[in-house]
Amino acid sequence: MKPSEKPGSVGAGLKQRGVTRREFLEFCTAVTAMLALPPSMAKVMAEAISGARRQSVIWLSFQECTGCTESITRSHSPTLENLIFDLISLDYHHTLQAASGEAAERARASAMKDNEGRYLLIVDGSIPMGNPSYSTIAGISNYDMLVETAKGAAAIVAVGTCATYGGLPKADPNPTGAVSVSDIVKDKPIINVPGCPPIPVVMTGVLAHFLTFGSIPELDDLGRPKSFYGETIHDRCYRRPFYDQGKFAESFDDEAARQGWCLFKLGCKGPVTYNACATAKWNDGTSFPIQSGHGCIGCSEPNFWGAGPLYKALSMPVSANTAMLGGAVAAGAAAGVVITWHNRSNKSAAKMAHDKVTVQELTREEK
Amino acid sequence: MSYLDLLTFARGSALNWALIIFSAGVVLRLFEIFGLGRKADLAKPRATTPGSGWRTIFTRSLPVQGMLKRDPVTYIGGYVFHLGLLFAIFFFAPHIEFFRGLTGLVWPGLPPALVDASVVSAIVALVVLLAHRLNNPVKRMLSGFGDYLAWAATLLPLLTGYLAYHHLLVEYTLMLALHLYSVELLLVLLPFTKLFHTFSVFISRWYNGDIFGRKGVAS
Repeated sequence: MKPSEKPGSVGAGLKQRGVTRREFLEFCTAVTAMLALPPSMAKVMAEAISGARRQSVIWLSFQECTGCTESITRSHSPTLENLIFDLISLDYHHTLQAASGEAAERARASAMKDNEGRYLLIVDGSIPMGNPSYSTIAGISNYDMLVETAKGAAAIVAVGTCATYGGLPKADPNPTGAVSVSDIVKDKPIINVPGCPPIPVVMTGVLAHFLTFGSIPELDDLGRPKSFYGETIHDRCYRRPFYDQGKFAESFDDEAARQGWCLFKLGCKGPVTYNACATAKWNDGTSFPIQSGHGCIGCSEPNFWGAGPLYKALSMPVSANTAMLGGAVAAGAAAGVVITWHNRSNKSAAKMAHDKVTVQELTREEK
Repeated sequence: MSYLDLLTFARGSALNWALIIFSAGVVLRLFEIFGLGRKADLAKPRATTPGSGWRTIFTRSLPVQGMLKRDPVTYIGGYVFHLGLLFAIFFFAPHIEFFRGLTGLVWPGLPPALVDASVVSAIVALVVLLAHRLNNPVKRMLSGFGDYLAWAATLLPLLTGYLAYHHLLVEYTLMLALHLYSVELLLVLLPFTKLFHTFSVFISRWYNGDIFGRKGVAS
């Protein structure tokens, strides 16, 4: 019996749901392409995933808006992305699970015990450090739950900008003292999948990589998988040629914007934002924000809520203005008056102190 | 601190302080120069040459006859550098956005490829002018620390701007932040170094033209 036919394997589960091998291979090919792996790896991935037992996953949601969960569940049926849920055993996710209250917590405890050292922990939302009671689940603070659950995890996937960098809750003045997962957990491999929310296929791609190779993908210095976050939105944007030609839209939905001209002047943060939106796109590959006429807001970058106004061009000052310059000119003028007065006083004093030399005072130098 | 944080700081507080020091410094220096004044010239002018000062502002931009042949590097290098810098600062679309953000004023930009070429020309001119300065005994003798500082402070924004535009050497976000910091360094140094000629050059030209005109000397 092939590993993929064993009862309880992913392959057996897919077969039971009527997913053909061809469809599954197509899915694996798409994921290997997204992960920038060689095409030959698609078959390896298919074999590895179908023969594997469903990976136990615990999903913790802290200070978040559920947008990340919304995103991953919006990988439209019947596309194969949402079947990733069949590849994993989602043992705890308080939005998606049927159990509630103590039963839900028992499910988490049981998954942690049964899969000690092997389960994957997914976290969305930031962790409040200001006061434990700012955010609790079943009376347990987010911090305690994260530390307790992270202990037995094989790896952690921080999903969304809140979990990866603090996100919106961390925006100035950060009233809850929000921090990211990597600010707390230091002894486990952490994959950061930022975005507000992240692209569904990026989340599923990271999971597929872990299921196939049992390891985390290559990460950049901000802990993001290089295959998805290796290039800026600007570099892969279809409006990029217009930037290079100096053709810019002047307002939202003007003729230039409709013609596909660059949205740089409208505040697009594409040049400094690393994400796969321009290539993977959203809603089953339909579009992405720039394609629908709105500049990138840089949601997958650290501290993006504090990275300057959303609608000011990247080359514009964040807060400098004419009033500020006027104040500086006035201060310079005031200092100039003082210095001029000082210099003139010195000049007058020197003039007053100057003694005229008379002829009588001159003596011939003897040779 | 991420590269984006560095960039945000460069666009925010760092830029604010650089602009404050620049604006206040320029006004302060102008007050200082005008405040010192000159002794009134009581002598009767030798020739009546109305507008001599104003005329000199323009005529000094052209080489005196024979000088272009005698010192082509200084003249041609000077033109290429100054024009290249002018195009880069005032006619690159993102820079115009910078001025729009600061003052609300806006004007048409040049095609980026043309600005790019002008930046390369300006950088090459700066390097050639430095080599000339070091090789020419008179220029070398006249040069001091302030001259080399002004040269470096001018080169850095051009170089980092070029590298950022072409996504070279380091990540674009970091290079853009470095570009802004180099511009801020230039802004802070400008009022207090020889770079102040940006503002004083036309004042001194006017004065020279006027005083020489009064003395009956062609300027």
